[in-house]
Amino acid sequence: MLTVANLSKQFGGVHAVQDVSFTIPQGCVYSVIGPNGAGKTTLFNLISGLYTPTSGSIRFEGQDISGQAPDRLARRGMSRTFQNLQICKNLSAIDNVMVGAHLTLNASMFAGMFRWPGLARADRACRERAAALMERVGCGDFITADAAAMPYGALKRLEIARALASDPKILFLDEPAAGLNHTETHSVQTLVAELARSGLTVVVVEHDMKLVMSVSDRILVLNYGRRLAEGTPADIRENPDVIAAYLGADTEEE
Amino acid sequence: MTQISQSPAPRAARSNTGRFIGLATLTTVVALLPLALPNAFYVDVAIRIAILAVNGIALNLLMGYTGQISLGHAGFFGLGAYGSAVLTAHFGWSPLWALLAAAAMTAVIAWGVARVILRLRGHYLAMATLGLGIIISIVLSNETAWTGGPDGMAVDSFSLFGVPLSGERRWYWVFGGLLIGTVILAQNLIDSPAGRALQALHGSETAASVAGIDVGRRKVGVFVLSATVAAVMGSLSAHYAGYINPGIAGFLQSVELVIIVVLGGMASIYGSIFGAVVMGLLPQLLAGYEGWDSVLFGLIMVVTMIVLPRGVVPSLTARLRSTRFGTKGNAPC
Amino acid sequence: MLSELLQFILSGVTLGAMYTLSALGFSMIYNASGVINFAQGEFIMVGGMAASFLSATGVPLPMACVAGVMIAGLVGGLVERWAVAPARDAEVASVIIITIGVSMILRGLTEILLGKRPHALPHFSGEAPITVLGATILPQSLWVLVVGALIVLGLNLFFGRTRIGKGVLATAYDRLAAQLVGVDVRRVLTLSFVLSAGIGAVGGVLITPISTVAYDTGMMLGLKGFVAATLGGLGSGPGAVAGGLFLGLIEALTAGYISSAYKDAVPFVLVFIVLVLRPQGLLGTKPTDRI
Ligand SMILES: Nc1ncnc2c1ncn2[C@@H]1O[C@H](COP(=O)(O)OP(=O)(O)OP(=O)(O)O)[C@@H](O)[C@H]1O
Ligand SMILES: [Mg+2]
Repeated sequence: MLTVANLSKQFGGVHAVQDVSFTIPQGCVYSVIGPNGAGKTTLFNLISGLYTPTSGSIRFEGQDISGQAPDRLARRGMSRTFQNLQICKNLSAIDNVMVGAHLTLNASMFAGMFRWPGLARADRACRERAAALMERVGCGDFITADAAAMPYGALKRLEIARALASDPKILFLDEPAAGLNHTETHSVQTLVAELARSGLTVVVVEHDMKLVMSVSDRILVLNYGRRLAEGTPADIRENPDVIAAYLGADTEEE
Repeated sequence: MTQISQSPAPRAARSNTGRFIGLATLTTVVALLPLALPNAFYVDVAIRIAILAVNGIALNLLMGYTGQISLGHAGFFGLGAYGSAVLTAHFGWSPLWALLAAAAMTAVIAWGVARVILRLRGHYLAMATLGLGIIISIVLSNETAWTGGPDGMAVDSFSLFGVPLSGERRWYWVFGGLLIGTVILAQNLIDSPAGRALQALHGSETAASVAGIDVGRRKVGVFVLSATVAAVMGSLSAHYAGYINPGIAGFLQSVELVIIVVLGGMASIYGSIFGAVVMGLLPQLLAGYEGWDSVLFGLIMVVTMIVLPRGVVPSLTARLRSTRFGTKGNAPC
Repeated sequence: MLSELLQFILSGVTLGAMYTLSALGFSMIYNASGVINFAQGEFIMVGGMAASFLSATGVPLPMACVAGVMIAGLVGGLVERWAVAPARDAEVASVIIITIGVSMILRGLTEILLGKRPHALPHFSGEAPITVLGATILPQSLWVLVVGALIVLGLNLFFGRTRIGKGVLATAYDRLAAQLVGVDVRRVLTLSFVLSAGIGAVGGVLITPISTVAYDTGMMLGLKGFVAATLGGLGSGPGAVAGGLFLGLIEALTAGYISSAYKDAVPFVLVFIVLVLRPQGLLGTKPTDRI
């Protein structure tokens, strides 16, 4: 579904992503792991069009999409959340989710000003769907809240609801469990599994190894911007390079 | 259709009733105000306030809702005014066609400019729009053959299908009606998906673009919209006043509009009306106290921004709401 | 022909020195506090007005000039303490409104105290023009150039050598970190206003003998300083110097060769073009947004 070939991104002298290649099959949960600064977020930013690659190519459903703007990629069915939350604090929580549904609504300014027939009805339906999504990701308590008044954990899930509101084909989650407690992490894990079962392709960056190992179909390991390994969770668990470079440092967590 | 029953989104319902009350109040005030205005002078002040309010609301769409500053908006007002004046005086166009042509021309100019400058952020955008406004006013001052230069020029009275529009009282209804119409259209826009997109890109351009919002196009769209509204108001007020000079497009006029928006409250329609009332009345109250008018004006701006940084109307409503419900915000947790 | 060009260049550089001083003030405040101070032009005006008022009441010229600069510096400090500091966390637009409000207050007070008419100062070293290769220059212009250059040098030393100067730089770079290593950030912010008001006032005092000053001359000078600072890249010291001189030269050449009616439009057309081509200014660096 998504094929990345020889992708590189350089910031000044920093090689954030270097010559990375991999393929994400449709309908699976694909995880990207690696130590801090490995280039995971940069990889997401490249794929979702926020950064332009220094070199390399990205193909989505057979078409070259490298360098396309984020909004065009959204039209193709891409959606994502952010490690550093990108919440519109000037809007209510549910409006944030509805922003995610932007492409499904008639968003012409003219239609908006003159209340085009059907506009209000579609918007109301969208609002109800957004509320349902908020329930689904577990922030149903905040349906009437202002985004600015919500705690961190709820905002993380609000981002997932917003990302789902566009009805994407592929969903990128950048550290969905960071800063969440045990039960919250577990519910994220269940949600990811559920989404994958419904046919959505989910790509996850996550430091929580238990979550990664249990939900992923395949895992890509990055280190210093380079691809260190790729394979099934079992492959990765046994890969000596990975154990040396990454899991070795992670054991202190348990 | 009023369905509120266990709707999962009471927020929308609440803002609908609020909206209705606001609009009803505004309409009543506009309708009854003439009874309280003793003579043409006061009607004139009311008209000027309505013009400021419409311009303020249009600029608020750009600044308050979309988060893009403009320090040159009076330039577009001037383009509309001079477009109408020049087309009617030098080319003998009918006022209506002149108005439409001036608005279209301003829209095209705003579009061309917006495409390049709206990539700028913060202070750089402030600088570029400021420059644009000043360039426009300098051109208006210098093209004496067309505009009469710094002395200004006379403008014919407006007539629609041969019926002349004259007298303060008649104009009052035109501008009052425009104000109410602007409020309705602006609120419609804000509550629509398009308005949500504008506010979203204010909150986070990144989030907006990833959600499929073409951030650049949206910014240009709202910039052109508010510039065009300013141009139309410029045309009409030129006809109303019967005389214009380049001062109407100057930096101070642009600043006046920004003050209306910020003082009344960013992202608050009624805030802009409040701001317009203040900015329309103050000069009248302070007229004749040379120097002091400027001092007091400045003091009001500084003190309001320090005490009520979100602007008068949003700060006060927030305060009211929190005392009424005894809580801050409305998150149940 | 050549002497005419030289003439325009000389007057352009004088003008440019003036804009540089205004731009330096902008940049210093912007660096220290992230605020664009729309009252910068008023500091220039206050300096010139105070000096000429004092000189007219019989105070010896050098003392009047120094007092004018000090008064402006005091005003700058008060503006920071009373108007800007209380609004530290406000949005860009709110702070812009505050500084515009301050400029209206200063303009109004000056009008009340000193009236509307233009004020003058005697030339520091006489009015006999000096001839250079067929072009003439007023001794006062030399004053502007020399003092302007000295100020640039002095600022260089101040930021490079002194503890407090480095504190200002540290605050500009990262306010929190500066605070943590013991920089008194509040004092630095006030100081940046005092200094930039003082620098602006020096410009005002020097230029007054040539062009006179009135309560409302500050605005255009301030705006052009803003343009110069933006041209060079907001917050960049060398940028302010380059932007100021460039602006002065272009303005003088336009007035000389193209049209003096449009000379006031030149800065704004210029800044427009520069921003479109290089959104971060000529010498500014482009930040990469981190997401
Ligand atoms: N916009 C940017 N400008 C400059 N350098 C950047 C930028 N974004 C990322 N980097 C650098 O690129 C490298 C990779 O960063 P990235 O954020 O992709 O890591 P990461 O794997 O997501 O780390 P973490 O687990 O901490 O989120 C880092 O060295 C970082 O400093
Ligand atoms: Mg990351």
